[in-house]
Amino acid sequence: MNKKQKKMLTRIIISAVLLILVNIIPIDKIPLPEMILFIGKLVIYIVIYIIIGHDILRKAGKGILNRRIFDENFLMAVATVGAFILAIIEKSGDYNEAIAVMLFYQIGELFQSYAVGKSRKNISALMDIRPDYANIEKDGVLEKLDPDEVTAGTIIVVQPGEKVPIDGVVTEGTSSLNTAALTGESVPRDVKAGDEIISGCINLNGVLKIRTTKAFGESTVSKILELVENSSSNKSKSENFISKFARIYTPIVCYLALALLVIPPIFNVLLLHASADFTTWLYRSLTFLVVSCPCALVISIPLTFFAAIGGASREGILVKGSNYLETLSKTGYVVFDKTGTLTHGVFKVNGIHSSCDKCGEFCGCEHEHNEEDAKRILEYAALAEIASSHPISNSLKVAYGKMLDRNRVTDIEEISGHGILAKVDGIPVAVGNARLMEREGYEYKKCTHPGTIVHIAIDGKYEGHILISDVIKENSGKAIKELRNAGIIRNIMLTGDDRVIAEHTATEIKIDEFHAELLPADKVSRVEELLSGKESGRTLAFVGDGINDAPVLTRADVGIAMGAMGSDAAIEAADVVLMDDDPVNVPRAIKIAKRALKIVYENIGFALLIKIGCLILAAVGLANMWLAIFADVGVMVLCVLNAMRALIKIDKKS
Amino acid sequence: MKKTYSIEVDCANCANLMEETTKKVNGVANATVNFMTQKMIVEFDEGADEKGTMKEVLKACKKVEPDCEIEL
Repeated sequence: MNKKQKKMLTRIIISAVLLILVNIIPIDKIPLPEMILFIGKLVIYIVIYIIIGHDILRKAGKGILNRRIFDENFLMAVATVGAFILAIIEKSGDYNEAIAVMLFYQIGELFQSYAVGKSRKNISALMDIRPDYANIEKDGVLEKLDPDEVTAGTIIVVQPGEKVPIDGVVTEGTSSLNTAALTGESVPRDVKAGDEIISGCINLNGVLKIRTTKAFGESTVSKILELVENSSSNKSKSENFISKFARIYTPIVCYLALALLVIPPIFNVLLLHASADFTTWLYRSLTFLVVSCPCALVISIPLTFFAAIGGASREGILVKGSNYLETLSKTGYVVFDKTGTLTHGVFKVNGIHSSCDKCGEFCGCEHEHNEEDAKRILEYAALAEIASSHPISNSLKVAYGKMLDRNRVTDIEEISGHGILAKVDGIPVAVGNARLMEREGYEYKKCTHPGTIVHIAIDGKYEGHILISDVIKENSGKAIKELRNAGIIRNIMLTGDDRVIAEHTATEIKIDEFHAELLPADKVSRVEELLSGKESGRTLAFVGDGINDAPVLTRADVGIAMGAMGSDAAIEAADVVLMDDDPVNVPRAIKIAKRALKIVYENIGFALLIKIGCLILAAVGLANMWLAIFADVGVMVLCVLNAMRALIKIDKKS
Repeated sequence: MKKTYSIEVDCANCANLMEETTKKVNGVANATVNFMTQKMIVEFDEGADEKGTMKEVLKACKKVEPDCEIEL
């Protein structure tokens, strides 16, 4: 509890105790003239009233002075002062009601501010990845510096248990890093000298020396913090609806209350020739005012969105605003980019097809192939490609795995768009695509598998080919399945790759449809086509890795970017950022959004239903002020509790 | 020029009111008040005096919500 809340609590306790005391002490029996007793009692009650309600009265007064009359302070002030006056007119001496209403209202407000403050802190703590300092070694002593003051290129020291404050490269030491705050991934990542490291991770065991590559403001952690802090500023339609609603709702109920006060008595007098019964109607209209406070709605809806955004960020899903949660919840179409999104986007040797000893086929036969041949092919291919830094040659080197002896390779000739001719151990080797084979006059065999094919001829003879393909992410199929379960109408894959590779991926992950051989501009027009043909009320989400699909990310209703790790373009262009590259977070994000919206509608529906019900009861005189204030505070409490459900984990991470 | 200020405000509706009020202050191009993070992001007009403008903003906000606080 903060200072303000503590003060409020004291006021509530004091006035509650006083109220009970004046009700227990039999003031009426004190032998004094009636008039003095009456005034004395009134004064005591007014003092209690002022203790509990002075700030409301002051705020209501200020509101009137500033020409902003209709707010809940005004409602409460009018209702309680009215009840007071009514008690004086009726000489009933029952001022309890006015004070109790104010007391409960204040209890409600206190609870609300406490609950909201508490949940705000909880959620903020989830997102708290801000490093407080950076260590710099000076003359053997560690000095703590504000991360803002550290320039790029400085060596910083991160001790076990500390957060990595700035992006950089490890120069010394090994350790495991906890990246959970960034990615939601619970398995620690091992780093050693030479590895890139991003800020916001927690160093678990070893001492690391890091050469910073960016300033603090440019580091991942700052970027994410900025994103998260601004996230709830993009307000959703329902939030805007509520603030607009509150703006017209309060005046309307005030006028209704006034009508309730004026019209029935006039009606009574003029048409029924009965007594005006003014006090009854005054009481009813005051009760009406108490019921009408819009707090439950005004507070619970932004809280729900905030809790959902907080809950999502704990799972490594950053949502840039509650408006995107709203759009996400209506997703009917999910369009995936293939490379880097559904696949890892790294090339890997997936097969070495040497000639079969039994039938002479290279691939597609059922026989076991000679492993020694395969090893020899790979070795020669890796050696021939030794000087190249092309991703394909890198994957060959990785697959070979052993140290390559540069001295074994001579006469390297790179033929652009074809491949490489070289001499390995003095033997001529040709490594490249089909065009190279044709150019050099080798009879090559086509591969039956989809992917990039590297053909190899050694010493003038075609020896076989190596299949290099992108690896499908293990969760891609699961993600598509879950999306279908979550009610997505169509899942579509777009790719610039050739048809065979695309088809292979599409069947493997069981996606509904795919479009291959697209240029970046084609992707935009495809998405536009889909946007114009979609079912009304449903939205289209595009999932990409932010590399050359930024225009599509912006064009789609919701742009979801993979891999915020390092890719600034993705953070910029997307509306939702998945911190780990796991596609299964796409259905998860949609589920979180759906649940949040469900809670919002529940709260709106529930609060309005109770409010309208109580308003009617109050108008016909079936509700008294006690019921009214309980309805008001009760609805608010329930709505706040319901809102907090948005924070609960949606499912267990697999 | 965009700047973020820490604020103190008790209710979401008051935050909305502060946002609207701030937008109307001279020298402010745009403003967002984030109730949940208790932050106010003010975008100033070109060449506007930030400090002076923020004083005006605080004054205007105090009018709509006497309990609010902006850390300048």
